[in-house]
Amino acid sequence: MPIEMRGVAVGAGEEPDFIVLNDVNWSVAAGEFWVIGAPHHSGKSDLLMTTAGLMPPVGGSYKFYGKKTRIFDESRLADRLRMGIVFEQSQLFHYLTVGESIALPLQYHQNLKEDEAMAAIDDLLHATDLKPLADALPSNLPQNWQKRAGLARALALRPDILLADNPLGALDSRHSRWWRRFLDELSRGHKWLNEKPLTIVATTDDFRPWRGSRLKFALLKEKNFVPLGSWNDLLSSDEPLVKELLTAPVLAVEEEES
Amino acid sequence: MPNAEWKWKRPNEKFFDGAGEPFYFTPSRTLIVRGKLASFFRSEKQWLRRAPLPRTYTDYLGRKLFTVLLTAQGIGAFALITLAVIVRKFNVASAVIHPMTRREIVRAGVRLLPMYLFVAVALGFLAIGQTVAVAARLGAFDYIGTVMVTVIVRELGPLVSAVLALARVGTANVIELGTGRALGSVEALEAAGIDPIHYLVVPKVIGMTLGVFSLTVYLIITALASGYLFVFLQNAPLTPTKYFAELAISLGWQDFVLLAVKSCAFGFFIGIVTCYHGLAQPLRLEDVSRVTVRATTECIFVCVLIDALFFVLYLRA
Repeated sequence: MPIEMRGVAVGAGEEPDFIVLNDVNWSVAAGEFWVIGAPHHSGKSDLLMTTAGLMPPVGGSYKFYGKKTRIFDESRLADRLRMGIVFEQSQLFHYLTVGESIALPLQYHQNLKEDEAMAAIDDLLHATDLKPLADALPSNLPQNWQKRAGLARALALRPDILLADNPLGALDSRHSRWWRRFLDELSRGHKWLNEKPLTIVATTDDFRPWRGSRLKFALLKEKNFVPLGSWNDLLSSDEPLVKELLTAPVLAVEEEES
Repeated sequence: MPNAEWKWKRPNEKFFDGAGEPFYFTPSRTLIVRGKLASFFRSEKQWLRRAPLPRTYTDYLGRKLFTVLLTAQGIGAFALITLAVIVRKFNVASAVIHPMTRREIVRAGVRLLPMYLFVAVALGFLAIGQTVAVAARLGAFDYIGTVMVTVIVRELGPLVSAVLALARVGTANVIELGTGRALGSVEALEAAGIDPIHYLVVPKVIGMTLGVFSLTVYLIITALASGYLFVFLQNAPLTPTKYFAELAISLGWQDFVLLAVKSCAFGFFIGIVTCYHGLAQPLRLEDVSRVTVRATTECIFVCVLIDALFFVLYLRA
């Protein structure tokens, strides 16, 4: 089991003593694709950072591939590299070009020269359509493409698990569709990952773009982690917050007005 | 909360505002980065900074003293960790780190050379030229070597080099690292399993150390040469042979050793303090300018302390 949490308490990233999630009981099997929904500032990023081993759980037990984990320090480097993380704000290295940013993890961990690392990520750049932008600095790119570069960087080391923090947030519809399609491909097994299905955990503040029969959904509500089940379970849920996350905000206002 | 009854409390102790509603005092932002850098989070320091205004001067001085001690502790620990990483990971990811280190040496050394040469010529004209001219009037040529060695080789050369390197490269380091920290690229490094100290700090510290050392040597040689040029232009009765012989007599082996150690110490600690302030504390973009000023001030303070330490060593040598 890649991820197994029992009674985990998650602290806020900026205020670690402030608990944002209590008693998280959650298991993610290999190849599963989870989408965790919640409004802003409900602890989605904090849960992902805890799962990623960047923040220790405040309480409870977190096991990563069966090994008890708090943070991934240097002795757990191999485990850390099994996980790729896509940050909500991309968080690219502002002094490196897109190509250099994506190649850096590979270059660092496999001690490759720059041209060797760039050659190694060529397929990834093609797969993510970033090849023409490889020499651009992040500050010259629109956010849509920065986010895609963040995804490519997370995939550079061919991880087993991908954690994506609100990957569809602030994307236009074209890029949003591309992400959904690409994440589905990754989940089924992409050529870059040697056809091995990728375990994915994504967070969102809007369930609508995530329609899919293979996906599993969960909700963060009032400091609780609530597993919801499949898309059909989501649609039949009476939970008001689920309904809110399934409703376009603009439409909701229009309905109220009408 | 204007009606709140503020009391000076430990982190996470409960406050009560004016309406009797409880709220908690927590340290501001903490590190998301949990590796080595986590040890630099000092809730006590945040607590001291956020505490209400002191009521007495002793209270104020006490707080300042504690802040200074905590900062010194943080910088000392950061320096030791950086040294350990330099030794332990010298050959780790060498294809990435070694070229970066060479780039930093160029940045902190070679690129500053024109400015240093200009300053060295000016220093030679002003300090040496004036001193020799006065010595010529008094007929005290026997002391010229001692004065030159004491003023230029032991004191002004290393200190001026350090301050110039701080101004040109040290401040840029704080801004570069602080911006990266505020934009979350340090967390991204950690997420990719890249040690931020190895990747960001080690090249800068090595570059700054070797840069300041080399530039100090260039500055001293150029200043001594330009000083004699000024003397020559003033027609002072001092031949080049006598001038350089005086210098050679006054220079001992301790001067070479202590000069090397001192200039390396200046470079190392400027690198450490600037990286510490840029990296080891949680930052927002608006904090970067404040932190840069703070780092610059602390660097000058540290350089003066090192200088004082070497002054004692020179006296004993």
